[in-house]
This record gives sequence, structure tokens and C-alpha cells, in this order.
Amino acid sequence: MSFLSLTPDDRQAMLEAVGVGSVEELFRDVPEAVRLGRELALEPALSEPEIVAHLSELAARNADTTRELSFLGAGIYDHYVPAVVDAVLARGEFLTAYTPYQPEMSQGVLQAIFEYQTAICELTGMDVSNASGYDGTTVAADACFVARHATGRSKVVLCETLNPQVRQVVKTYAPGFGLEIVEIPHRDGVADVDELRSACTDAACAIFQQPNFFGCLEPAPDLAAAANEAGALAVAHVDPVSLGVLEAPGAYGCALAIGEGQGAGNYQSYGGPHYGFIAARSELIRRMPGRIVGETTDLAGERGYVLTLQTREQHIRREKATSNITTNQTLLALAGLVHLSWLGPQGLRELGETCMSLGEYAKERIDLPLVFPETATFKEFAVRVGRNAQEVVRAARERGVHPGYALGRDYPGLDDAVLVAVTEKRTPADIDRLAAVLGEVAA
Amino acid sequence: MKLVFERSRPGRRAGSLPRYGLPKADVPAELRRRTPPRLPEISEPELVRHFTALADRTFGVDTGFYPLGSCTMKHNPRVNERVVSLPGFRDLHPLQDEEGAQGALELMWRLQEILAEVCGLDAVSLQPAAGSQGELTGLMLMRAYFADRGEAEQRRVVITADTAHGTNPASVAMSGYELRKVETDDRGNLDLDDLRAKVDERTAGLMLTNPSTLGLFDEHIEEVAAIFHDAGALLYYDGANLNAVCGISRPGDMGFDIVHVNLHKTFSQPHGGGGPGGGPVVVREPLEPFLPVPAVVRDGDAFGLDYDRPKSIGKVRGFTGPFGVFVRSYAYIRSYGPGLREMSEVAVLNANYLLAKLRDVYDLPFDRLCMHEFVLSARNLKREHGITALDVAKRLMDHGFHPPTIYFPLIVPEALMIEPTETEPKETLDAFAAALRAIAKEAARDPQVVKGAPHHRPVRRLDEVKAAKRAVVKYGFDEHPDLSRTPSEGEALEAQKGA
Repeated sequence: MSFLSLTPDDRQAMLEAVGVGSVEELFRDVPEAVRLGRELALEPALSEPEIVAHLSELAARNADTTRELSFLGAGIYDHYVPAVVDAVLARGEFLTAYTPYQPEMSQGVLQAIFEYQTAICELTGMDVSNASGYDGTTVAADACFVARHATGRSKVVLCETLNPQVRQVVKTYAPGFGLEIVEIPHRDGVADVDELRSACTDAACAIFQQPNFFGCLEPAPDLAAAANEAGALAVAHVDPVSLGVLEAPGAYGCALAIGEGQGAGNYQSYGGPHYGFIAARSELIRRMPGRIVGETTDLAGERGYVLTLQTREQHIRREKATSNITTNQTLLALAGLVHLSWLGPQGLRELGETCMSLGEYAKERIDLPLVFPETATFKEFAVRVGRNAQEVVRAARERGVHPGYALGRDYPGLDDAVLVAVTEKRTPADIDRLAAVLGEVAA
Repeated sequence: MKLVFERSRPGRRAGSLPRYGLPKADVPAELRRRTPPRLPEISEPELVRHFTALADRTFGVDTGFYPLGSCTMKHNPRVNERVVSLPGFRDLHPLQDEEGAQGALELMWRLQEILAEVCGLDAVSLQPAAGSQGELTGLMLMRAYFADRGEAEQRRVVITADTAHGTNPASVAMSGYELRKVETDDRGNLDLDDLRAKVDERTAGLMLTNPSTLGLFDEHIEEVAAIFHDAGALLYYDGANLNAVCGISRPGDMGFDIVHVNLHKTFSQPHGGGGPGGGPVVVREPLEPFLPVPAVVRDGDAFGLDYDRPKSIGKVRGFTGPFGVFVRSYAYIRSYGPGLREMSEVAVLNANYLLAKLRDVYDLPFDRLCMHEFVLSARNLKREHGITALDVAKRLMDHGFHPPTIYFPLIVPEALMIEPTETEPKETLDAFAAALRAIAKEAARDPQVVKGAPHHRPVRRLDEVKAAKRAVVKYGFDEHPDLSRTPSEGEALEAQKGA
């Protein structure tokens, strides 16, 4: 038991100081009837080398993206994570601290969160960001909660081109929040502006995704304008990696910008932990969920940082809080800040341009019809493979290439469609190989 | 120190990216970004120095003793960081075919089996992202269970203790339930008379932490469970304090029907400066059909994801949950095996030892043996010397310790909530007790020194009122305000507009 620090002598001395004869006696307040009374039925303890061997054996049974050429995306992307991200996250001070309730002990992490908030506001064109949400799904539910209370309305409009998992999570939260969900279908891969406008009558907010789940570029400024005309808050779900080339939601009238942060600084990690971000215009600041760091001064007038506006939060406001969130995703958000700082504005733009160029190259090379040929895309696009897409994925994987996500599970009319994602880590030669394999396995 | 944005110089950069020489693809003009985001322009050496300096200004468990009550700030074994970085876990896409993710699915299935055994219950969903989301998920399960029985309209009330974490009432409100609070008796248990008066046919359930946030095991837990079950209601266990009872008493055996586990507390996922966490829910068999989708299931030697759960509440988070957290917690539990009981025993021994060394200098509101944590009160110092729990906390910093949780639970005035965890050596507990005793003496002899603390941190005591009033929540570049000036009237009005 190498994680414990007491010697047998320590234990004896400590029991004596407490005034009990045994460890067992420390638990005298636990009624006999609710005690376990036997050993836990768990496998025997493993030593550290055995732990590594056992988990290595499990890890080896996964086809990760270092072993299989993969074009999977659909919300989680195999972007390059810079070495400095790993180096910063390995610092024990960041790794093993908790929420900075005592600011004098935690100026470093507080300043890092303040910088993260600034970076998110710069990316999205918003005035305020929180310290992070759980992921790209739960921040959508948070945005609905903000909109419901800001507008006094309970209807929420979701575009069908919004990530299906995001919509599912909003629907799970809806009964508790008292929300009514309306979904609008896609027309040729994007939302229809007029349909969105009429759906937004009496709505609290409308959520659209840019680029959307199909990788298509929505007419985002027009969608935001349509929501605003109906008095609904426009909420854009955005990919941070796209925001070097795509317009910031704040520049086209959105009240809230949310998204999955994974692509900026986090490994895929079979779906988490990652971070979600939520940013808003200044008038919504006191309705924001979760931690927010603010600047202040100390007794000597020196600059410092603290958790602020805490009267929004559960530990102060309890049942009247804007959210129940406590533990968030600070370490993953820190990874995002480091990655974005590593890129800088120029690097972020180049990253977006590279992903787009590779995407266009892939569209050219793959000799299959695009599902939405009329719409511009970013990083990701859907192709028709002529037969059941899940079977095509299986056949392609047997040839060593994962071609992407079979859309049929979420979109019944698209059983023959595969969503192909290209990040900067996929080379033109990789894409040539994908094109060749798809040529073999598609009908 | 400077913000990373203040270190920025036009033309510098750290990152390099591949260039494939492909033709440039244009974004349609109306969607193109017009003004670039002002991200830092910084070289890699400067970047590393900046974040190293920030790390130096942060105190973690690796730095020193961190007895933050209710947060279980134990040592985080480094082998867990090694295994979570294996490419087979780290670089695995969540939508990989089940056949290509057998190792990940098996790990999750094994963790589910372990949590069911530790909690004494039947079925698990690993999906919730943290404790508070586990709470919310648990309440959604409660609601779905009663809806399935046709009792959703009838059962509208959830009861919490007056000692509860703020998340409990917040989760009750977010799940659309009405909140009722029950009082604590003079032994620190739930007040059974108050409870009997408040539980009726409208009650959906109870949310309870046991041991409570006072660090006390409820001596009447069997009666409490019977009161709710007799009324047809359910019991929800907030697993915040599970570190006290692993292998000793299981929530299921206490009578609880739904549990959430904080993997970042009990099972050593590092707290990361505020996250990530993991908040799996563990339930009794009748609640299993309502768990989030997909379920991780086993079929012979194969593991898979089951989406076909028609009664499921749906999804509360993307994919199957924070997988990296599962890897670390699984590795941690496998390091202990059935010896998890010793983990809890030592956590309780450490807490009782520390309590024994402090009980004569600070007030002890409930005089019992504690579990893994205990709550003292600084009200004696406040009454006699004007020294508050906050002052004591700040002065502890000068002794090199992270302060305990303060002013919680709410029913104890000037509360100091201390959780040493099992990983601390006796010497550290002795040094911490000596520091708290020294501060109590200093409060009498030299209260101004205590009031002015901390004296040896990178900053002095910070003005939280100013922060809330001005609400400067991002860097303003050329227009960044100088908060060391007193705000002019116009600025103050501007700052309050958001209110």
C-alpha cells in the first residue's frame, strides 16, 4: 500500500491519542446492521508494474489513431496536441490543486483561467466567458437555462444540423428546466432561415452550429438575424479551431457562443475529459453558470485574481443558483489556453486554412458523390457510399482505414452516408489512400 | 506578474504546422473572419516560462498539505498519469467501432462492476461528468422512475439536510423538484421528528451525504431509510464523503437506492485546479432501465454499447463519459484491491488524530468521534479576540498549509472543515495542529498579525468586493482598466449595468 504514509508505530500512537483501542472502534457510530462485515469482493491488489502491464494490455486492444488511419470526426477531432501542452499539464501544481477558493494560494491557476476567459472571448467575439463547462453538450443545456431566464420564454429551437448528442443532452435537461424543444429540419445540409425565423416566435433561444454537424457552413449571420428578429437569443455552437478563418459569433449578433473545446488542446481520449466553453454578451454576465475569475487588487494595491460574481453560484445561492456546477474542466481548459497561445492568431488561421485545403483535396480525390454538393464545408464533409455506410466502414477498416462516421444512426435518410473529417495530421498521401480504399469498398 | 497577452509581441509565434502545398480553399466572403482574435504572439521559450511561473504561484497537493474539507485532496499516484497517456487510450476516438475499442469498453465494464460492489448496488452509468451532474442525473432517474409508476405528478418534493452541499438544493431546483429542508439534531444526525413531519405521499426522495458534511455518520440511518421507503420514496446518496466508508459500510446496505461517486475525490482523479471530475451513478435494480444511454454491456467475451433502452432518461453528456478519469480511477482501485478498506480506515484515523490534537483550542460543535473529516468552530476566537475563521485560514497560509474549507456547513458559525485524507504522514498532521494552535495563541497575543495575513504569499489579501463590483473578467488590451485607481463615478455606473 504505497499511497499511505503511517508506520505501525504511528498508528499505535495515534490510536492512543484518540483514546481508542483499535481502528475498528473508530467506526462505533456505524450501526452493526449496515456494516459490510466481509471483505470487498474485488480482485487482489496489483503492484505498480502489474498495473502498467494490465492497462497496457487493455490499451493494446483499442484501434487508436496512431495505429489506424482514421477520418473520424463528428465532434471530436484528431488535431495535433503540442508538446508544451503535455509539459504544462504535467506540472503537479496545476494537476493537483482544486478550485481556487483561497486566491492567495492560487494566483497562478486564477490568472490562467482569466487568460483562458480572455482567449475564449477573443475567439468568439463575446464579453464574458466562464471558467469552462463539462463538454460541448452540457454547455448547450446551460445556454438554454440562461436564455429561459433572460427572456422569460420556455421554447428552445434546435437546428437538426446541430450535433445529435448536443440535442439529446438538451432534451434530457428540458423537463427539469421546463423547456419545450422545437427542432427544424435541414435543407440540403443547412438550416433554412425562414423556417428558423418562424420557429423562433416566442422562443427563448435558437441554437445552430457553425460549421454544422455535416461540416457544412451555415448562413450563420442570417440565422442569428432571424432569431433576433423574433426576440430569441441567437446561440452559435462553434468549433474553436475554425475561428481563425470563420467569423466570430459576436460579430454577427449572437448573444451566446458555446462549443466543444477538445480540438484546441485535448486528446480524443475516447470522449473525455474535455472542456465545453460558454461565452456571452455583457448583459448576460449575472446569468452565467459556473466559475468566473475576475481581476482585483490586494491590500497593497497590487493586481490579483479571484473567483467573482459568486452570488450566482450554488455554494452561495443554493436552490436559486444559475447552475449546480462545481467541479468543472479547468485542467482541460488550461490545455486549450496553452494550445491557442502556441498557435497565436497566425497559427490558428493557418490551421483553419490547412484543414480546409485538405478537405477540398479530399473531396476531389474521393470519387463518390457529396451528400450536400452545393454547400461550402470546413474540415468535414459527407459522401454517399452507395450502400449501407456501416458495412462500408467495416470493409474499409479491414483494409486499414477508418473512413469516418456512418450518419445513419442519427439521420435515418442518410444510411448510405459517411462523414469524413480531415485534420492537419492527415497528409495528402493519407487522403489518397482513403480515396483508394473507398473506391474499393463503396458500391 | 504579466498576463500572457502582455508578453505578446507582433510577429512572434511558438507553433509550427505542416505545409502540404495544396491550393488555398476560400471561405465564402460573408462568413470569413474580418478581425483576427488577439491571441498571444509568443515564442515557445517565453510560453514555457510563463506557465512555469503560473505553476509556481499555484499550491497543489504536490506542494503541501491541502485539508480542504469535503474535497478529499489526497495524493494522486503518478502511475495513473502514465497509463492514461497510453496511445490506446489517449488517441482513441469515441466513435470508433465497438470491435476497435474492446479494451476501453472492458475497462469501463470492470469499473462499473467495482463501483457496484463498493456501493452495494446493482447497476452503473459512468456518464455524468462530475458530482453535481451525478446528482442531477440521480434526480432525473428518480423522476423517470416515478413517472413510469404513474406517480410523477404526485411526488414533487425532494428533501435535503440543512448541512447539505449547495449543489444538493441547486440540483433539486434544476431537476424541477420542490425543495424541503430537514434539520440536524443535537448529535449531528438528521432530526427524526422533523423528518417524520416532512415526509409524506408527495415526497419523491431524500438527498443525503453520509457521513454528513459535519464528518459524522448518521446513527439512525436505518430509521431514516425506513421512513422514506415506507412512504414509497427513494433515497439518494451524495457520494462526496464515500472516502470514509469504503469496505466498511456500503450505501446500498444503508438503504440508499441511488448513489453518485466522485471519482476525483475517493478514487484519486487529480482535481486539476477545478476539474475534471467524474460522477458515475450507481443504482438499485428497479432503476436500471432509466440509466443514461449508451450502457456499457458484456456479452460473453465481448463488450459493447447498448442504445436500446426505451425507458432511459437520455444522455447527460457526450459519448460514455470522461474516459480518462475512468482509466485513472480504475488503476487506483486496482492498486488497492480489497484493501480499499484500509484507505478509509486510515482516512478516519488521520482525521480523529488531528481532531484530538485540536479539540481543546477550537470549539467542537458536536463532540463525537468523527469519520474522515471534522468541523471545528473559530467562534471562541471571534468572541474573545475578534479573529474569524477567515483570518485563521489566511494565517495558515503563512505556515505553508492550504486552509481548510471555511464557513461550511452553514449550521456551524465560523466553521473550519478539515479533511486530512489517508495519504498524509503523522508528522504533517502534527505540524498542522501545531500551526493551528500557534494561531489560536497569536489571536490573543497579536491579533493584528492574524488579521493582516497572509504575509508570505505572492499577494496580500484580495479585494473580492471590488472584483464583483467592477467585474473585469477578461483582459482589455489597450483599454484595460487600472483597478489600483479608485473608480470614477461613471465607471462604477458602467460596471453595474450588467446587474
